[in-house]
Amino acid sequence: MFSKTLHISTSPHIRKGLSTDTIMQNVAWAMMPVVIFAVFSFGINAFLVIATAVISSVLTEHALCKWSNKESTISDWSAVITGILLGLTLPPIFPLWMTFLGGVFSVAVGKFVFGGLGCNLFNPALVGRAFLQAAFPVAITTWHPAFLDGRFLSITSSVLAFPFAEPKVDGISGATPLSAFKFDHVITDTSDLALGMVSGSTGETSAVIIILGGIYLIARKMMNWRIPISILSTVFVLSGILYLIDDKIYPSPLFMLFSGGLMLGAVFMATDMVGSPITQLGVVIYGFFIGLLIVVIRVWGGLPEGVMYAILLGNALTPQIDNFIRPRVYGTKKIKS
Amino acid sequence: MKDSFKHGVHPPENKEETNKLPIRQFAFAPLIILPMQQHIGAPSKIIVREGQEVARGQPLAVADGYMSVPMHSPVSGTIRKISKVPVISGQMTEGIYLEPFLSSGQEVSEGSPVSLDASPEQILKGIQDAGIVGLGGAAFPTHVKLKIPDGKSCGFLIINGIECEPYLTTDHRVMLEQGDDIFMGIRYLLKSTGAKQVIIGIEANKQDAADHLTRKIPAGMPVTVKVVPVKYPQGAEKMLITALLGKEVPSGGLPIDVHAVVVNVATTAEIGRLLPHGQGIQERVITISGPGVKKKGNYLIPIGTPLRYVLEQVGAADNISEVYMGGPMMGVAVSNLDISIVKGTSGIIVFGEQDVNKTDKIFPCIKCGACVDACPISLNPSKLGILSKSEAYETMADDFHLMDCFECGSCSFVCPSNIPLVQYFRLSKSILRKRKTAKPAAANV
Repeated sequence: MFSKTLHISTSPHIRKGLSTDTIMQNVAWAMMPVVIFAVFSFGINAFLVIATAVISSVLTEHALCKWSNKESTISDWSAVITGILLGLTLPPIFPLWMTFLGGVFSVAVGKFVFGGLGCNLFNPALVGRAFLQAAFPVAITTWHPAFLDGRFLSITSSVLAFPFAEPKVDGISGATPLSAFKFDHVITDTSDLALGMVSGSTGETSAVIIILGGIYLIARKMMNWRIPISILSTVFVLSGILYLIDDKIYPSPLFMLFSGGLMLGAVFMATDMVGSPITQLGVVIYGFFIGLLIVVIRVWGGLPEGVMYAILLGNALTPQIDNFIRPRVYGTKKIKS
Repeated sequence: MKDSFKHGVHPPENKEETNKLPIRQFAFAPLIILPMQQHIGAPSKIIVREGQEVARGQPLAVADGYMSVPMHSPVSGTIRKISKVPVISGQMTEGIYLEPFLSSGQEVSEGSPVSLDASPEQILKGIQDAGIVGLGGAAFPTHVKLKIPDGKSCGFLIINGIECEPYLTTDHRVMLEQGDDIFMGIRYLLKSTGAKQVIIGIEANKQDAADHLTRKIPAGMPVTVKVVPVKYPQGAEKMLITALLGKEVPSGGLPIDVHAVVVNVATTAEIGRLLPHGQGIQERVITISGPGVKKKGNYLIPIGTPLRYVLEQVGAADNISEVYMGGPMMGVAVSNLDISIVKGTSGIIVFGEQDVNKTDKIFPCIKCGACVDACPISLNPSKLGILSKSEAYETMADDFHLMDCFECGSCSFVCPSNIPLVQYFRLSKSILRKRKTAKPAAANV
């Protein structure tokens, strides 16, 4: 009777069952419609950019783990997410060698040097993107119109540019709604913005599809809804106030919500669990701070878009938010100042 | 008044397989193994000798000081050996091997009854003499817990019928079947604590027990039955006080600091059953459940019954791979089937080989905050876990309230990275305790 050696573990002996790799996988799946729409609107160029970003992120993660004699951590799917996110933030005709470099930088500098998954201060994909923006300011602001004929068959020459060669700017280029507004004061129609009928980074153009992905993750309790809601409502309210003050100078709050990388950033980047605060009050403050920075950079800054820097600064603030926002522990008194 | 405590978790209840099954008497095992350390405090002091014949209910050991209780014989039989016996911690402690008489009627011998007119001190003495400890699992000597410190007063006597651990249905059945004993126990407790009001706290998944007890409340007894929503760890004393009274027990304090005393419902029933006859605890109700056993149920099992015998009787599968004593949230995994049932055993949960999820891969903390939203006392388990890895135990205690953690396991339960947070905290606490006791000694040198 009872021949097997008993398996011992410490309590609790049951688990809720949701595991980190499952969460990561679901985040990746939730981004799939965004990827598909990116390929649909920008064609094979976008596919190559996103695929390259994913491959370079995963390869870098694997190589660094091997190099440091650790078990490879690519099966936790976090490098896949970093790769997809990086790909989605790049212009559709971004040279692949630069994309590859971006993936390496994201994982190596954005994550690995901090100690790997969970230890990184910043969203790795945005670290890679910031690096690319600094290193290749021209290529990363060379936009491309969506829905061109033949986009599934022809690869734009700049995409295949040789490493370390700056590509020539292609004949056709398309301004993003934000740059059109910033530099030419042209307002794009909100429905076009929401549906993604515009130019921009590969994955940022269709707000509706991004929101659907977000709703999926929120429904599966894999995303904290307070973060996107806090960011978006802050942007909406602040830009609404400005719009009411002077609708000649300031864009409408709807334009602000649906243009640029805001939706992608608010739903898929700012919500990165590692870089956001751990308390519910903390994430609301974090979201407000990011929203505020986005409005400030877009309206008064030198750049047309500020989502990336706003989230990176939000990430930087996170440890301080966690330090100051601590729920009162049961049975203790709040420290009175 | 708040309706509940903050946060908490909802593990699958798994109670429906046993909560309709009446309590059944378990057979006497051919050999009873009685460790003398079945409670918190000093082990009982053995007063019998090898070869001696003893009657069921006869004291085999006496309390060794105030923080201790006596041990009664669960069977009539012969003391075969007094030596070291195995216990769940993996150690061997002082104990008794007792062989029951096969053909005995097993009548229980009576002592001197404790009447309801007795003084509070006499009732507490009676509770200690009956060998009663917290039957909810903690096994803290009940007479110590019931002693109201000088200068404090008890307003509320809370009877804990929450039983928030998954699988366990012992308190549920006790409430349904031992109502008279419970109210008799409450009479003694009212007398000894001087409480003005009694609240029986029951979770909503035991509505039948709540209705049953409400109907049975004796006329003139200041008892209310309060049903609270199901949530783990509501059975923890402090959480229950918050749920029922809307008050928080101060950090490092006791329920009496908010004028409350909390007693488990099965413990209460035991007081009500034993004191009028001057008897001692010989058996207790235990839920046996889990996918690894065939005859699931609630059994009245003699203290000291070997676990192996219990598992054989309930048809446990041969390939069982995990056995817990207590519930799956706070219970202890068994490494050796030769240990025996003790007073604190509320459940035996068995998992077969195929039921155990072996893919518990540990990932790094991704700071998802699930633990923060689960912790019933609003700690930051994520931060505590990271600090414990860097061995910053003092920081954990001084800045992050480590010592307030009562190890309910909610954080580990929800952690998607499978980090054994509670285990880290247990280790950190014990290291801190060692350091604290080591320091004065070092200063003396």
